[in-house]
Amino acid sequence: MTLALTTALGAALAGQSLAPLAAGPIRSAFVAVFVLVGTFFLLIGTVGLLRLPDVYNRMHATSKATTLGAASMFLANVAYFGVLGEGLTALVGIVFLFLTAPTGAHMISRSAQKMGVEFADGATWPGGQSRPDEPADADPEPSDD
Amino acid sequence: MVSEPVSGTLGLLVVGGLVVASLVTLAAGYRVVRGPTTPDRVVALDVIGTNVVAIALLFALVTGQGLFVDVSLVLAIIGFISTVAVARYVTEGDIIE
Repeated sequence: MTLALTTALGAALAGQSLAPLAAGPIRSAFVAVFVLVGTFFLLIGTVGLLRLPDVYNRMHATSKATTLGAASMFLANVAYFGVLGEGLTALVGIVFLFLTAPTGAHMISRSAQKMGVEFADGATWPGGQSRPDEPADADPEPSDD
Repeated sequence: MVSEPVSGTLGLLVVGGLVVASLVTLAAGYRVVRGPTTPDRVVALDVIGTNVVAIALLFALVTGQGLFVDVSLVLAIIGFISTVAVARYVTEGDIIE
């Protein structure tokens, strides 16, 4: 990855970024590897979404695998378009994806636990109790206005 | 900056990745329809959103037009906002108090 970034940065600094990019062998190889890895992770994430037993397990599979898959697609675009220009937008997209995907998954799982969605196959909370009434980070005095 | 579309073996690979990502997005629709609970459907819609981001990025490679990277970034933002909105609506009953 460092080599591709260095190559792209060197090409951009040399003023070649204004001309149409000819995908050299090294750049093509990096794009191919990133696209393959991204496709693999997207496939794994969806298989987990379809096969796992309850909503928490499905979230466990999808929130990590599809994030890595989309981030790998972003990296393929960085390798193809160069670090400057559209590649910089793609790097911003990676940062945004890694910030928002865990936040969204946490909010969905918290709302699922508040709705009373049960675990599959008799899985229990640690400590032996069947189900706590409130999440651990809930407000002690919920303000219903 | 408009670049050339991918061509040759790399073009075939990128188009193959595009086809696989599209099929995977269709398969995630099964969980949207059949998901037993509402959070299942929200998770499946979140996965569809992330897959569409990846499809937009692959489309940027296929067409060689870098503006689709911006399209994917906007799609990621809309997906996150919709996920948070639905999660709040399910628990709180409303989104904006």
